[in-house]
Amino acid sequence: MTRRSRQRRSRSPTMNSLETDLERPNIEDYLPSGSIQEPRGKLRLRDLLDISPTLTEAAGAIVDDSFTRCFKSIPSEPWNWNVYLFPLWCLGVIVRYGFLFPLRVLVLTLGWIIFLSCYFPVHTLLKGHDKLRKKLERGLVELICSFFVASWTGVIKYHGPRPSMRPRQVFVANHTSMIDFIVLEQMTAFAVIMQKHPGWVGLLQNTILESLGCIWFNRSESKDRGIVARKLREHVEGADNNPLLIFPEGTCVNNHYSVMFKKGAFELGCTVCPIAVKYNKIFVDAFWNSKKVRDIISVRAGLKKVPWDGYLKYSRPSPKHREQKQESFADSVLRRLEEK
Amino acid sequence: MGNTSSMLTQYDIEEVQDHCNHSFSQQEIVSLYQRFCQLDRNGCGFISADEFMSVPEFAVNPLSQRLLRMLDGLNFKEFVAFLSAFSSRASLQQKVEFIFKVYDSDGNGKVTFNEMLDILRDLTGQFISKHQREEVLTQVLEEAGYTNDSLLVQADFMKILGNSGLKMEVEVPVD
Repeated sequence: MTRRSRQRRSRSPTMNSLETDLERPNIEDYLPSGSIQEPRGKLRLRDLLDISPTLTEAAGAIVDDSFTRCFKSIPSEPWNWNVYLFPLWCLGVIVRYGFLFPLRVLVLTLGWIIFLSCYFPVHTLLKGHDKLRKKLERGLVELICSFFVASWTGVIKYHGPRPSMRPRQVFVANHTSMIDFIVLEQMTAFAVIMQKHPGWVGLLQNTILESLGCIWFNRSESKDRGIVARKLREHVEGADNNPLLIFPEGTCVNNHYSVMFKKGAFELGCTVCPIAVKYNKIFVDAFWNSKKVRDIISVRAGLKKVPWDGYLKYSRPSPKHREQKQESFADSVLRRLEEK
Repeated sequence: MGNTSSMLTQYDIEEVQDHCNHSFSQQEIVSLYQRFCQLDRNGCGFISADEFMSVPEFAVNPLSQRLLRMLDGLNFKEFVAFLSAFSSRASLQQKVEFIFKVYDSDGNGKVTFNEMLDILRDLTGQFISKHQREEVLTQVLEEAGYTNDSLLVQADFMKILGNSGLKMEVEVPVD
């Protein structure tokens, strides 16, 4: 057993550093400080019996943990409890539901009418002229997204250079809600990778989003990963394909934290351009290292990073993390046994 | 207070506080209750092993299985009593008693060589062989004046761990 642990340690730090960097997150960076200090001196009975640090970590996790906090909705504070604020609020309700809401519905309906009446003719009649057709379809998708945003009276500020149609580039962004997609589509008609949904969303996916070059996956199928990875690679190679947008967190987070990025987006052999979405600002830049990219996005949008994978909502953490702790404790015990 | 309703009455808070020997303040108990309800997703009045394991920080802990055995089926009052060893107001004796209970898996008040080996195995995983574990434990036991056949009681644990500045505290977040 000691031979095996020695083998692990002798792996060169520079070789495979990118691999280990991406696969082995530094849990120690994120855990509360002072959790396991390096003890010194000869090994005594009390050192083996004293399991208080491990127990404290477990109790700490029971009482509060960073993963659950990512998905907690931050409650908003009530503000209309005043004698002058309350009547104003009532007036606001009348204006919002009686006047603004019908207006919004109108804008949205208008948008859909224009979109559908232009999209299907373009899609069917211009079958031969692919380049023109794609250009018009892109424009139309951007149009309907603008209608969506207008119906919410959304004010969106885009910072940084606009994404251009180049091959060998992929865009990554943090994910808070379905609106992220619409907000970004309004600026550029991205192709995204999405979970296949049933029902009318599925219908939308099959018709309109398909033409943008979107890629589907199925979380429950294990072989799916290989197929999707291949499709992604093919997409970024093509010069005419729409820029690809990926949400590496893999799940919606509450816009105050960001969970670990899945590495798929970073293994496509192309430039990675991060996009940060904080219902306040967006920027674009170009980097490679997924940890650094996530750092930049988190800093720019004021989000807190946690070392947990968004998929832990659906599965258990891998044994890697536990083994790391066990290995370090085992090493410490064996080392101190040697000391006199 | 058998079913978890979302309301915790003042009477309930005081009852829980009594049960844990005032280890937590009333605000802390309210916070713990919110946490308990958050973890008890199906609202059945206790937190199942699966619900505990859905907290990643808990699931990666080497002693999680042992603790699950102690946490299984606890209602809120017992949950607070369980955590009372980790409060800043808990005495050293309470903390040592908790550690002793973790070791004493058959609950007979005596910790055997094998029970100590089991915990050591949980903490070191596959990175130390069984033989090495036995060797290490035998050696440190002998140096402390015990043998492989010694049965340690709580008083022994108190003697071994008592004067070493045991740090075992968690802070309950109070909004």
